[in-house]
Amino acid sequence: MIDGFLALYIFMLAAFTGYEIIARVPVILHTPLMSGSNFIHGIVLVGAMIALGHAQTAFEIAIGFLGVLLGAGNAAGGYVVTERMLEMFKSSKPAAGKEAK
Amino acid sequence: MAWLPVVIKACYFLAALLFILGLKRMSSPRTARGGILWAGVGMLVAVIATFALPDMHNRGLILAAVLIGVAAAWWSGRRVAMTAMPQMVALYNGMGGGAAAAIGASELFGYAGSAVTLLDGGQFTASGADTPGTAQLVLAVLGALIGSVSFSGSLIAFAKLQGWLDKRFVFPGQRVVNLLVLAGAVVLGGMIASGQLTMPLIIAFFVLALLFGLLMTLPIGGADMPVVISLYNAFTGLAVAFEGFVLQNEAMIIAGMVVGAAGTLLTQLMAKAMNRSIGNVLFGSFGAAAGAEAQAIGGSQKPIEASDAAVMMAYAERVVIVPGYGMAVAQAQHKVWEFAKLLIERGVKVKFAIHPVAGRMPGHMNVLLAEAGVPYDLIADMDDINPEFPNTDVALVIGANDVVNPLAKTDPSSPIYGMPILDVAAAKQVIVVKRGKGTGFAGIENALFYADNARMLYGDGQAAAGQLVAELKSLET
Repeated sequence: MIDGFLALYIFMLAAFTGYEIIARVPVILHTPLMSGSNFIHGIVLVGAMIALGHAQTAFEIAIGFLGVLLGAGNAAGGYVVTERMLEMFKSSKPAAGKEAK
Repeated sequence: MAWLPVVIKACYFLAALLFILGLKRMSSPRTARGGILWAGVGMLVAVIATFALPDMHNRGLILAAVLIGVAAAWWSGRRVAMTAMPQMVALYNGMGGGAAAAIGASELFGYAGSAVTLLDGGQFTASGADTPGTAQLVLAVLGALIGSVSFSGSLIAFAKLQGWLDKRFVFPGQRVVNLLVLAGAVVLGGMIASGQLTMPLIIAFFVLALLFGLLMTLPIGGADMPVVISLYNAFTGLAVAFEGFVLQNEAMIIAGMVVGAAGTLLTQLMAKAMNRSIGNVLFGSFGAAAGAEAQAIGGSQKPIEASDAAVMMAYAERVVIVPGYGMAVAQAQHKVWEFAKLLIERGVKVKFAIHPVAGRMPGHMNVLLAEAGVPYDLIADMDDINPEFPNTDVALVIGANDVVNPLAKTDPSSPIYGMPILDVAAAKQVIVVKRGKGTGFAGIENALFYADNARMLYGDGQAAAGQLVAELKSLET
């Protein structure tokens, strides 16, 4: 069980982690990184699954189902889009860029 | 079965670790590709672990919803063009916000139900806690509020960038109305968090929260959308972290909070690149003051033929190509790169100059050029290229407008005044490829087009670049 203060510590440390990771990122990666962080909060899918898993009334089930649907869309869509963007970055590195068709 | 919960906790830990390491790798061009893979593995581990959670019901429904959601998003994500990336990110982000709001709703409605049937000892949270603590209630409400705003706001952002909603929606007293809606949502949320868990109250709360997201985003102009999307991205992260606390799920708390912080910083970086504060973007109603007192621009736009433009560049020593979003819309980046390669073969020094907010998001243009195969070393940032413009023989502007507008430096009444620009006007000759005489994305007249050293090459970016390539080839023979 995570109580309020422990959660506060986790919030703080995680926030610093996120801030530090992004702090030195080059502009060229802003778009993929936004997309990548968009994928990472797709972890909301896990929460939606838990909510649906504990839903009892039809109304709660409907909300939970919608939540899982949206969460799955966030995770899968975020992954595909980020992967596609970063894939192109590989082909355009100075060494490999010359042979790009 | 005592080991199962431990294994599941360990899986969540692994997922959180992989997310952080993945994001770290994504922040450097060399390791970026591996980064998304790591994060992807983390996601897979977390989802499978969640399936294995004990006391889960509706597993069939969960599986069905996951499969449908993944299939739909995978299909759309594969198909979407690179130019449409920003609105796709907005859409997926909105989905995440919606999911977070749905979790909040399901928890709150669950609590509301349990207030009546408390004796049943129903299980409403992952940890099986029967009655919610104050911290849990407050964060459930807060996460639901932020998630709802992110959901409806992101959908509006998507619709705007997709071109479904191209009018800015402004009415007198808008700020007051927005503020009242927000205040209403906050008050209702406070009442819910203080224990008044009734269905009508919760429903009214969600309606107001969703409404605020709509109202807040509608008046914001398309040019500011990237900042807004990035902000909503951070919002969703926060909402996920808060709902993660409600569900006592560590992976959600950590991943959500990391994204919340990273997204906030990214939003600041973007706003800075556009010389706007976040508050100004959200409440400033971009462009509202324009038109009335904008400086009149003298002179006329002087057209040029593709053949003349090609000759001018073929015999130049240095050429800087300034691509904008218009080039990407016309899918001209491949032709432009072909043209640039021909120039390079002739011994012309060619560089691509990229404004920090070229495209629809910072770095978007780099992605689009990378797609066409332009090597990194030919791409220059604004700060590096601006001092070189006076030594540049020809600056070729393709589909860029506001980011090369000298009014940003000279006209204090212009809405883009103070925005750093590419100093194209300093080049000896400027050729502007443009579809027509219209204004740019932000709806602002561009003084560059009337400058003495500027020539307009009218036409679709793709067609114009094709003509330039053809003319250049005809010079060779």
